[in-house]
Amino acid sequence: MPLNTTTTPPFAAVLVRGLLAGLIAGLLAGAFAYVAGEPHVEAAIAIEEAATHAEPAAAGAHDHEDALVSRTGQRGGLFLATGLFGAAMGGLLATAYVLLSRRRRGDDDGRSGLLLAGAALLGAVIVPFLKYPANPPAVGDPATINQRTVTYLLMVVLGLVAVWAGSLGYRSVGAQAPTWLRAAAAVGGFLLVTAVSYVVMPSFQEVPADFPATLLWSFRLASLGTQVVLWTGIGLLFAALMHHERRRRAGTALPST
Amino acid sequence: MSSSASSQPVVHPAGSVRLLWTVLATVAVLTLLAYLVAFDQGSVSRSGMYLHELMHDGRHLLGVPCH
Repeated sequence: MPLNTTTTPPFAAVLVRGLLAGLIAGLLAGAFAYVAGEPHVEAAIAIEEAATHAEPAAAGAHDHEDALVSRTGQRGGLFLATGLFGAAMGGLLATAYVLLSRRRRGDDDGRSGLLLAGAALLGAVIVPFLKYPANPPAVGDPATINQRTVTYLLMVVLGLVAVWAGSLGYRSVGAQAPTWLRAAAAVGGFLLVTAVSYVVMPSFQEVPADFPATLLWSFRLASLGTQVVLWTGIGLLFAALMHHERRRRAGTALPST
Repeated sequence: MSSSASSQPVVHPAGSVRLLWTVLATVAVLTLLAYLVAFDQGSVSRSGMYLHELMHDGRHLLGVPCH
């Protein structure tokens, strides 16, 4: 007997699972960042402080932080930041999931949650990262921070548009077409938007000439890894929680029918 | 605007209008939360730079432009 599982669970039930998946994934990402990234942050701060000490006459008392939050506090705050950020992203993923579920034919087998997380990782993380890679302390000109923030956010939006263009390309080629052709259309749509964005958006070259290249590379790898852990975790945990929810609902629905 | 004495367009089922508002409110709250972590410098949270400094490392390692 086929189970009546086509009813989508209420929005609140999906949202709670997205928030929970995001919170757990955020804490996992925080743990990864603590182990893989914190040593590089410390090394970069040491370079930053050495630079400000080297020119005391120019700097004067300027910006020698009375440390509103100690370094220990900031290392702990890392988990607060990734946890809250993860919960927010998980909630947004759940919202997108509910909105898209109205267009989905048949029951969801967990694939669409994973696909959404993958799309977010590609569009909102990897595409912006390749244009505006993460910077450790001591890298980046404070004078351009507003400009860099705006262009970064714009790049996140453009990355999501690129993924959307890819899915549009995939669907614009008929379902009868061979898979390779549909995939090629998806790649084409994605690359077109990405390439145009990369060319149009301004670049910032603000790495000090004497900043160690290996430290920059290690930091950026750790930063990218943090986001990969976050979105992989959100996708897998959300799919698992939704699977559990569907089975629970199917189980309670059975006796009444 | 219609006899239903509410401003909801009557063409939509009430359920989907409520869902729309719930979704919009949810997105707004979650965006605010992400903003507080990633970009706020005390102007929204009214905490001075405390939250900003507390989440300093997280911002760097999440790849958000920081300073």
